[in-house]
Amino acid sequence: MSADMLPLITKALGETVYMVAVSMIISSLLGIPLGVLLHTTSKGQILECLPINRVVGAIVNAIRSIPFIILMVAIIPLTRLIVGSAIGTTAAMVPLVLASVPFIGRQVETSLREIPYGIVEAAQSMGATPLQIIRKVFLPEAMPNIVAQLTTVIISLIGESAMAGAIGGGGLGDLAIRYGYQRFRPDIMIATVIVLIIMVQIVQFAGNKLAKHLDKR
Amino acid sequence: MIDLSHIEKIYDSAAGPVHALKDISLHINKGEIYGIIGLSGAGKSTLVRCINLLERPTKGTVTIEGKNITAMNNSELREARKGIGMIFQHFNLLSTSTVFDNIAFPLQLSNTPKDAINSRVTELLDMVGLSDKADQYPSQLSGGQKQRVGIARALASNPHILLCDEATSALDPQTTKSILQLIKDINRKLKLTVVVITHEMQVIKEICDKVAVIDKGVIAEQGDVLDVFITPQQPITKDFISVLLSNELPVDFRNIEIKDEPFEDSILLMRLTFIGETANDPIISSLVKKYDVSADLFFGSLDDIKGAPFGRLIIGLDGSQDDIHSAMDYLREQKVKMEVIGYVSRHASSHH
Repeated sequence: MSADMLPLITKALGETVYMVAVSMIISSLLGIPLGVLLHTTSKGQILECLPINRVVGAIVNAIRSIPFIILMVAIIPLTRLIVGSAIGTTAAMVPLVLASVPFIGRQVETSLREIPYGIVEAAQSMGATPLQIIRKVFLPEAMPNIVAQLTTVIISLIGESAMAGAIGGGGLGDLAIRYGYQRFRPDIMIATVIVLIIMVQIVQFAGNKLAKHLDKR
Repeated sequence: MIDLSHIEKIYDSAAGPVHALKDISLHINKGEIYGIIGLSGAGKSTLVRCINLLERPTKGTVTIEGKNITAMNNSELREARKGIGMIFQHFNLLSTSTVFDNIAFPLQLSNTPKDAINSRVTELLDMVGLSDKADQYPSQLSGGQKQRVGIARALASNPHILLCDEATSALDPQTTKSILQLIKDINRKLKLTVVVITHEMQVIKEICDKVAVIDKGVIAEQGDVLDVFITPQQPITKDFISVLLSNELPVDFRNIEIKDEPFEDSILLMRLTFIGETANDPIISSLVKKYDVSADLFFGSLDDIKGAPFGRLIIGLDGSQDDIHSAMDYLREQKVKMEVIGYVSRHASSHH
């Protein structure tokens, strides 16, 4: 343990939290509606529209089939277009968001599919509009599941953010590679891993608590 | 009130089109409790969903309070649905909302002010006897309580019609009785028109005024419950009724020969059905006093159909042929439904 380690780790932790938190918020804002779209346009659902469902589903599948490390490099032009640069913590968030949105979309779709159709039918029988059904039936009823799944997404984002860090995004992954690996500092490597483990534990614990609190079944 | 006219429903399935409903026409009067009974797969759930267009009929029109709802656009239809409450076999409550919020749900949909929601929900909770459960979640309730919440929710927006889709099928007999009683009470108190879908004749007998028997997508028989019970026309109706009213003969007569013609030492076995007032009249004793016959009673039951007494007897008449025939004429005059079973030996029944 050396004197430079603490500030290094604190800075890297800050970058990771920033990357993960902002990407997570943006991904959820895009991914949850995507999941709602995927579910409600499927066969027999309230907004059934199979052409849209198939096209969107295919795009989602395509993005999800690309390994993150390749996606990250492949979209560098897009990243540059959006944030003006392909390196840095903010730039790293573009591939993180792009990878997480379809992931969240599928997860949310699965949660919505578990809601018994009878509840939707009951809402329809009371004259609910499709938007009311989404806001007052689908989302609240699926919320315990969605929270549990978003927890998983946060954890995989922590992992991906380490990869993004390696190409100039900063954060804990970047620290572990540059100091721990390239400069032969096993103490930093170990410290980084411990911080990551603690982070994941905290996220999982909080996610479980929240999901359990919301679940009234 | 509710008019279904030539309703057809055809589904596309992997195995080709399925004709779920075939040319169904029904008329349901205001304030009536109308039962639709059928086996599973007969099309009864599809039929009730055609009333509020949760299922859109392939052909035919649905008219409710004079308005053709099959011709409405989506927003008109949503408005119309607010006048039609519906309850379900599996209750379909929001699991993440409290009892209070579940009942408030339809009111929130139409942006009712908070104060109005509070007072209406409190009133409904009281009506279904769940005032102390307002803050509980559905998972903390019994099946019967869940259905009470379902009923309160269905009534929240003051509908004129209540559709009950197998509302008691997931409940035990005791709870079924109390839910049926509640439906009967609100029908009377709120002058609500009620449509009841069921596979149990017990439910029909308990609360319905009229009944339609649906079989393989067609209405096999319909009419007043009492008439259908007493003179069922179709085999399917007889099957449903036989669950409640056994047509089996008493044990002593099951394995002996029953003849169409009288023979030495024979008695005439017949089944009598009394309805309404006649069920309370001493018909058998006046029969024996008036004619030179004796009447042995082998089986008797007294039931009621929606409050009307309904009695059934199996008697054995003994006497000369002439006396027996005049006794039968007398019975016919008494508006008793009489069904001759046949002649059996007087000694068949050992303990008579």
